[in-house]
Amino acid sequence: MSSLGIKDLLGIKGLSRKQIYLVLDTAAGFKDVLKRDIKKVPALRGKTVFNLFFEPSTRTRTSFELAAKRLSTDVINFSVPTSSFVKGESLLDTIRTIESYGVDYIVIRHSSSGVPHFIARHSHASVVNAGDGINEHPTQALLDAFTIKEKKGYFEGLKIAIVGDILHSRVAKSNIYCLRELGAELRIVAPPTFVPHGIDSFGVEVYFDADKGLKDVDVIMMLRIQNERQEGGFLPSSDEYSRFWGLTEERLARASQGAVVMHPGPMNRGVEIMSEVADSTSSVILEQVTNGVAVRMAVLYLLNRTRVTKHV
Amino acid sequence: MNKVLLDKKDIDRAITRMAHEIIEKNRGIEDVRLIGIQRGGVYIAKRLAGVIKEIEGQEVSVGALDIAMYRDDIGMRDEQPAIRKTDVPFDINHKVVILIDDVLFTGRSIRAAMDALMDIGRPLAIQLAVLIDRGHRELPIRADYVGKNIPTSMQETVDVELSEEGKKDVVRLKRGLE
Repeated sequence: MSSLGIKDLLGIKGLSRKQIYLVLDTAAGFKDVLKRDIKKVPALRGKTVFNLFFEPSTRTRTSFELAAKRLSTDVINFSVPTSSFVKGESLLDTIRTIESYGVDYIVIRHSSSGVPHFIARHSHASVVNAGDGINEHPTQALLDAFTIKEKKGYFEGLKIAIVGDILHSRVAKSNIYCLRELGAELRIVAPPTFVPHGIDSFGVEVYFDADKGLKDVDVIMMLRIQNERQEGGFLPSSDEYSRFWGLTEERLARASQGAVVMHPGPMNRGVEIMSEVADSTSSVILEQVTNGVAVRMAVLYLLNRTRVTKHV
Repeated sequence: MNKVLLDKKDIDRAITRMAHEIIEKNRGIEDVRLIGIQRGGVYIAKRLAGVIKEIEGQEVSVGALDIAMYRDDIGMRDEQPAIRKTDVPFDINHKVVILIDDVLFTGRSIRAAMDALMDIGRPLAIQLAVLIDRGHRELPIRADYVGKNIPTSMQETVDVELSEEGKKDVVRLKRGLE
């Protein structure tokens, strides 16, 4: 018998190594299901998943939807342009309305950090954070860890570089918490404007030079340049970013033999990653997409029925 | 109470007899595939395959089936059953699948296993082999091959320990539920 012992997955921060491994091991079982002709199991038959997306997302929403459907749940997609939210309904009223439909899971993405936590406090349903502001994106970190485990087989002492806009990246934060907990040796490779204050407390090495930062690493995790979050003048120009920080074949060659390249998508080809790298044999970017479904199935499965009394 | 029902020799004999019965009933093993239910059933499936090879001089394919995703009590317990690997590296379409488990009890695991098999393919037939049948069926299911029938009470537990798990081969009857 197994369970995460938590009602909601709001972030990686606070998860133990054991809990992370439970998700990864369970996801391996679900990945087998995705390879079959009949890619569906009755594990969560009769449950309802509510995808509540306040920020545009195609990949994450599709991945959660597919994961939920593969587990035989009913899925409802609810996104901002079609909701009453724009008509002035408060978030709390929206949640109460959703609750009244009798949903078991709420998958939430929001541009403000902390919204999933607020919903979790006010709902009986299990809440899964699908990205909140610049805080966390836990399922992305878990699918990245799953992919690394498949490719490399271990984490202890594995050299991993996270390259790009750490400051605005919830993916980076969740990955730092996750990979640190699993014992990897983490490096941040980024221009100073993209490195958050207090980075020292994360227990990572910081490199302000891509050529040095990528030397001998086993895994390169590229981050997307988030053009929608660059109003503060953090980034001079895409061209300049590409020249100093973009992952080229030459930079990839500085990494260790057999290093893998990851990217959470969507990619800006020619900016943070060059096409010849993205399409090379070192790239595991498309496998990340497949693994995302398996990992999200595992999360939904392991949160089910671990109902604790709600703390309202 | 902690009573030994079968020792190593008893288990070996039961498995040898079941292997003969499987071969006899199916007139050879040409179309036969063995699939054990995780985890105890997988070990017994491998042993059956070993004995069948000794008798027939022919390999029989063995697979492992995880039924956790197909159980009928998911969501009724506080914890979920652990997900283990399903590994069936062969085609089961038009084959006779012998489903193998260590203990047959309520029959609910076998119901789940049959659903899991149907999602992998469409076997010609499914037959059931168990090391122990302890009674108390809750579904209309019976085994085709039984190592030993053991009448039990609901307050007892049948414990199958196998050397593959780092224990010695023994089947025990224990008083009180796990």
